[in-house]
Amino acid sequence: MSQAVTAAPDYAGQFAAWSRAVPLPASLADLRRDAFNTFEQLGFPTTRLEEWRFTNVALIAEVPFVVPEGDPSLSRESLEELHLPRLGGAELVFVNGRLAPGLSSTTGLPDGVRVVGLAEAITGEVAGRVGQLASVGGQAFTALNTAFLGDGAVVEVDDGVVAETPIHLLFVTSPGAAPVLSQPRVVVSAGANSQVRIVESHAGGGETEYLSNAVTEVWAADNAVVDHYSVVREADNGFHVGQLVAQLGRASNFSSHAITLGGAIVRNEARVVLGGEGGECTLNGLYLGTGRQLVDNQTTIDHAMPHCDSHELYKGILDGRSRAVFNGKIVVRLDAQKTDAKQSNKALLLSEDAQVTTKPQLEIFADDVKCTHGATVGQLDEDALFYLRSRALSEEQARQLLIHAFAADLLGHIKLDAIREQLDALLLERLPVAG
Amino acid sequence: MSTATQTVEELAKQDYKYGFVTDVEQETIPKGLNEDVIRKISAIKEEPEWLLEWRLNAFRVWSKMTEPEWHNVHYDKVDYQDISYYSAPKKKKELKSLDEVDPEIRATFDKLGISLDEQKRLSGVAVDAVFDSVSVATTFKDTLANLGIIFCSFSEAVRDHPELVQKYLGTVVPHSDNFFAALNSAVFSDGSFAYIPKGVKCPMELSTYFRINAANTGQFERTLLVADEGAEVSYLEGCTAPQRDENQLHAAVVELVALEGATIKYSTVQNWYPGDAEGKGGIYNFVTKRGTAFDNAKITWTQVETGSAITWKYPSCILQGDNSVGEFYSVAVTNNRQQADTGTKMVHLGKNTKSTIISKGISAGLGQNTYRGLVRIGKGAKGARNFSQCDSLLIGDRCGAHTFPYLEVKNTSSQVEHEASTSKIGEDQIFYCRQRGLSTEDAVNLIVNGFCKEVFRELPMEFAVEAQKLLSISLEGSVG
Repeated sequence: MSQAVTAAPDYAGQFAAWSRAVPLPASLADLRRDAFNTFEQLGFPTTRLEEWRFTNVALIAEVPFVVPEGDPSLSRESLEELHLPRLGGAELVFVNGRLAPGLSSTTGLPDGVRVVGLAEAITGEVAGRVGQLASVGGQAFTALNTAFLGDGAVVEVDDGVVAETPIHLLFVTSPGAAPVLSQPRVVVSAGANSQVRIVESHAGGGETEYLSNAVTEVWAADNAVVDHYSVVREADNGFHVGQLVAQLGRASNFSSHAITLGGAIVRNEARVVLGGEGGECTLNGLYLGTGRQLVDNQTTIDHAMPHCDSHELYKGILDGRSRAVFNGKIVVRLDAQKTDAKQSNKALLLSEDAQVTTKPQLEIFADDVKCTHGATVGQLDEDALFYLRSRALSEEQARQLLIHAFAADLLGHIKLDAIREQLDALLLERLPVAG
Repeated sequence: MSTATQTVEELAKQDYKYGFVTDVEQETIPKGLNEDVIRKISAIKEEPEWLLEWRLNAFRVWSKMTEPEWHNVHYDKVDYQDISYYSAPKKKKELKSLDEVDPEIRATFDKLGISLDEQKRLSGVAVDAVFDSVSVATTFKDTLANLGIIFCSFSEAVRDHPELVQKYLGTVVPHSDNFFAALNSAVFSDGSFAYIPKGVKCPMELSTYFRINAANTGQFERTLLVADEGAEVSYLEGCTAPQRDENQLHAAVVELVALEGATIKYSTVQNWYPGDAEGKGGIYNFVTKRGTAFDNAKITWTQVETGSAITWKYPSCILQGDNSVGEFYSVAVTNNRQQADTGTKMVHLGKNTKSTIISKGISAGLGQNTYRGLVRIGKGAKGARNFSQCDSLLIGDRCGAHTFPYLEVKNTSSQVEHEASTSKIGEDQIFYCRQRGLSTEDAVNLIVNGFCKEVFRELPMEFAVEAQKLLSISLEGSVG
């Protein structure tokens, strides 16, 4: 950390250089400049802000991150070493936030589905969508991402088209001499009656610290079905801040699975607006914490229209000195009648030093609604352990089995076999410290 | 449906039954707040030097504080220099028996249905009646004195038992605790003090009726309740206030100390004037209530909040001793433009500490009801257990119900559970009752009472009846 004292982060200089190096259409250039001004005003959040009360990002703020210039290089071998799931469909690989065409492949996509880099798509219709959902007001990290807008992934699905195979977006942060700041942006636009599955994998390696600051914007038009998976497997010295914003049309169906497996500080924010009648939204999350990790999940579901359902289930398994924060907000607007919202957050503490802070919130302005939330924090059931031990399982096996069982219902919701099997194996191999 | 709504509206429009002003001569300090005012209050009350110092310290801290903004209630800012900080009925002479009490004040209590004589003769409840800021009469003192129980007004306690007051005052709610507690510490006028000696079980419910009178005098009550080792006490606090057009400020502090093995049950029925249907007038109620429970002690807070334009209170338990128990049972009702931000804090520090939170919020009209609670399990709180349940009932489509529970767990051997639900009274429920010959109004009453049953059964008998009546006045039938 001593280097942080000697070299203060210089974002203004980098922004000026970035603006010159990465030209954008006028409207987006304005967006970028406004975003940087907002970031300058806000600075990195402190624990004095209610939304960041339990997540101290001082560690992130003091590192002089550098937005890498030039085209990144990464060998296919080092990509394999990250053990990212193979989904067998279209893949876009981003290294340090920039598209690596050599590693990517978009063959086999059906007609009406386009998966391209943002830099390529930016002159098209997409330009009007970028930054429209993920507003920068009050959001320092989103502002920082928007200020360095330039590359990312664009997924467009035409009306009525069903994309059978999942679309895999891999965001890899490759170590450099200086701490790397990688800021990908994903824009998904699913047309009416379309269906699409998108998987974001975030990973990194190397010795230096890095920050992966991602923003994802999802439009689901009427009757669209969008499944979104985010698997965060950053390195031990990697920070990750992810913002997912989705706008749902009438009778559309959106589900998000936020899976956090690694990273020093990981913050996942999800904000879903149910903007049409009959919409349905599922937000699920699974986080495993060890060492001194901090995992923070923030969700907001905005029931803006009547007759919408939402389901939310977040589960955490915490070991070592790890900490978890969960803040789930459900807003039911005036006249959003017949809303049915369920939220649940469960945490399992495996060690003496693990900590959990959970804050479910309901804000309800309509009367004909069903809203429930529940939160539990506990440890492995002694009786269950005893039962398994009496059936000749070792202490270790018994604990593994119970931990796996704790997460089992969440795994059941994951429709992609490749991801589910990988998690399954991971949960069973993870050796909890006995006692 | 529409008839139900009509009934609701009719009931919601009912005038505040307890709104009347008693005409008694009052001694009032001019408006404003500065060190001189505090010195004057202290001088009027003939307080010892240490207490004056304590007040002044609180004032200095308060002057540097800013009014909190985090709460989910909105109101016109209070001008703290436009309030008179002391008013007392003019003392005519020392009061020795009830007959000497001002007949007008007696009549006021009669209207409220708590005539001192009645209370004394029939219910066996000792009433320390607080009329505005000074206690005018205390009953059953002798009976209690025989057991060594001290139950008197705060001023008397300062005069007669300074060592007890000095030992415990501010130990649970320090003078710098929060904006409103600091204000109270600086200017508190009077309140109640009770001390239950070791091993004594208080034979009767201790009770205080608070009443805001005289326009423009905020009321700053201070209650200190100490239950010594193994002692047991049940304390009732009830509030009604006369109808006013100007907002009145009420910033009270209640401190409970439950020493080893002691049990304190503190029950409140709060029915300050809530303002009219447009939200004009009404009491601002900013209260800090907290209890510390030592080894094996138990503190129970039960509250029924139906009044006030703004309710801001979080009766809390610091579970400091091993095996201590904290409980919180609450019914909060907001109607018309009332706003409530209320809940509890359970801070588990000792081993095997247990806490239970049952909160029922009912919103009607344009009312906004917020539950805000904290459950903190400290590092050393091995085997701590918490169960929280907060349910909201919505009546009408323009009201709001909000829940902000904070759970902070720093110990793995603890178990914390939180549940919350929000619903409205189902048409099928009303239909079912109507089918069996109940009027819509009765049906709603029945359902609301059922919704609150878990809390009401924790109330002492005397209060349970009053609570149900209050609920009927505030709400009855307001389900559409």
